[in-house]
Amino acid sequence: MNLFVDAWHYLTDSANWGGPTGIEFRLAQHLWYTLLAVAGSALIAVPLGLVIGHRRRGAAVLVGFANAMRALPTLGLLTFLVLLLGLGLIPPLLALLTVGIPPLLAGAYAGVANVPADVVDASRAMGMTERQILFRVEVPNAMPILVNGLRGATLQVVATATIAAYVNLGGLGRYIFDGLGLHRYDRVLVGALLVAALAMLLDGLLALVVWATTPGTGRLRKTASPVNVLRATP
Amino acid sequence: MRYLIDNFSEIVEITKTHLYLALLPLLFGLVIAIPAGAVIRRIPWLRRVTVTVASLAYTVPSLALFVIIPPLVGISAIDPWNVIIALTIYSTALLVIAVPVALDSVPAAVVDAADAVGFGPLRRTLTVDMPLAVPVFVSNLRVVVVTNIAMVSVGALIGVGGLGKLFTQGYQRDYPDEIVAGIIVTLALALVFDRLVYLLGRWATPWTRADGRTQRKADA
Repeated sequence: MNLFVDAWHYLTDSANWGGPTGIEFRLAQHLWYTLLAVAGSALIAVPLGLVIGHRRRGAAVLVGFANAMRALPTLGLLTFLVLLLGLGLIPPLLALLTVGIPPLLAGAYAGVANVPADVVDASRAMGMTERQILFRVEVPNAMPILVNGLRGATLQVVATATIAAYVNLGGLGRYIFDGLGLHRYDRVLVGALLVAALAMLLDGLLALVVWATTPGTGRLRKTASPVNVLRATP
Repeated sequence: MRYLIDNFSEIVEITKTHLYLALLPLLFGLVIAIPAGAVIRRIPWLRRVTVTVASLAYTVPSLALFVIIPPLVGISAIDPWNVIIALTIYSTALLVIAVPVALDSVPAAVVDAADAVGFGPLRRTLTVDMPLAVPVFVSNLRVVVVTNIAMVSVGALIGVGGLGKLFTQGYQRDYPDEIVAGIIVTLALALVFDRLVYLLGRWATPWTRADGRTQRKADA
């Protein structure tokens, strides 16, 4: 328990927050890696998921691919890529892509594929082009599931970015690895707690986004229900 | 590939440790989550609280958990139980959300029929609800198995065995072959156990296949 007290002292000492190795800087680094990795994953996974979802074909291949990617040990990939490409930002980012892509891919695909078939057929019958159907009907309807995928990807990437510090990168993982090396376990705990807090914070924020993009059930429940609207019109 | 062949017997030993560290938590998770999940489904507020707590638990990064658990439980960081406890938390968190969802997938008409025939709640849960929930449950279980097997490797960073050792060792020795060997074996393990759970699910639900056959016959 003493360790938690020491960690608390470390956290509340303002001297540990500023400067090039301070908590503020490490947090910013960690967020920067996360942003890059999630954006890169989204760039690859979302268009792919949307197209496969829209065509409603190739789902089996997609699921197999996503599962295989989930099975890839990130630490192994990370160390291998560093030995292959050298130190720097690129190898950890590539390794983080394999963590971010599966949830985003699954979210984009499932979101579009779960739009009720009669809704899609109705928009097709009204003369919408395939592109219009995808962007005006399927994507808005898929939003909550898609954003949920984004939430999963962000969470995984924030957690895994900690490992990047093992290959001499910055971020909150630094506290964990430096602490382990120096046998300063209060510092290790500080890193662990900060990562956990950051993950929970981002998760909460994205949960709000999921709620906000849910048509009809969340945000819009506060407005008048359709029944009331009907009753109000003479 | 050379490394894999030259060090085969050593790798087999490490693989055994890896499996033990990945599957024991899964077993614990199942034992805790199946009854808990069946109970919380009946109590809406408890279900909401459990899902929230479980999602939060899953938010904590594994490396963070490996560091937080030892001082809390009073074990050393390199104790295998550190990894087992951490992965049990994840497995339970994922499964306790999956169990009620799987039970929800059972058609209401079937449940009503069981009630009408006079099944008590316990008998209905065990002989109707649970077997029919298997397909949805299995698809979740596959994710948990694969995640567990991939996650054990992270334990190597704090010094607990398993195939992750090949990654940290290979990195320190600047020896990519060793890392590749670790990746190959981890992937193979994950795919084999994913398949195994899938087959187990199929074996447990023979009616889903019978259904498909009659469907095809009807189509023809």
